[in-house]
Amino acid sequence: MDIKVAVREAPGGTFVVDLTGEIDVYTSPKVKDAISALIDGAHYNLVINLENVRYIDSTGLGVLIGGLKRVREHGGSVNLVCTNPQIKKIFDITGLVKIFGIFDDEPGAMKALA
Amino acid sequence: MNPAPLAQPDPAVVRLEIPARAEWVAVARLAVAAVASRLHFSIDDIEDIKLAIAEACTNAIQHGAADGTIEIVCEATPTDLELTVRDRGRRTPVEALAEERIGEGGRTEELGVFLIRALMDRVEYTSDARDGTQLVMIKRVGG
Repeated sequence: MDIKVAVREAPGGTFVVDLTGEIDVYTSPKVKDAISALIDGAHYNLVINLENVRYIDSTGLGVLIGGLKRVREHGGSVNLVCTNPQIKKIFDITGLVKIFGIFDDEPGAMKALA
Repeated sequence: MNPAPLAQPDPAVVRLEIPARAEWVAVARLAVAAVASRLHFSIDDIEDIKLAIAEACTNAIQHGAADGTIEIVCEATPTDLELTVRDRGRRTPVEALAEERIGEGGRTEELGVFLIRALMDRVEYTSDARDGTQLVMIKRVGG
């Protein structure tokens, strides 16, 4: 079990974090490091692609919440790409659907940041 | 081939002890999911159980299980799965933590406890300095 983290710059200066695998107490520090590095580099509009994430727990949610709080301090935002019903359910029951933009595809998430 | 579902009324008991370290939580998650798959849980329910056991183990790790291990007991009957998670650490009883939906300011610990409560049908938490912490979670088949 592991998480793969890939960061790329999309047209328009938005950065996309592609995550593949499972985000839990063991793997979430790797995700946190990637998001923190982007924010430390003054990149405040982020799309985090959870399309290939099979599992996320509260530590993973905490990393995403922490990233969102930091970018908002700079007028930025974090949008998520997620279609996995189980993961969407977790965002729903925790109420996090109200604070994250959650989109079915990357173009939608990018457009909403523009 | 799908495993035969449980037919006996007596609970089948599976015990597992893992080191209280982050890299072992996935083992607990997968083992408990395998036990749950012996019952007639839906795939969604099994995912709920996986997340609940992981949150319980994560909570134990983050509060320093004193002897460095987490004990997990799974009692499976045809109608429900009872999961007991024990460690030697002491922490805030779950009842004292927020039950509201967690917003931006929510701590991860509260989020984990909230998820356990939301995903399982019954949750009991006891914690004291002598015996550590015990969390009992029950998921009913079709519940």
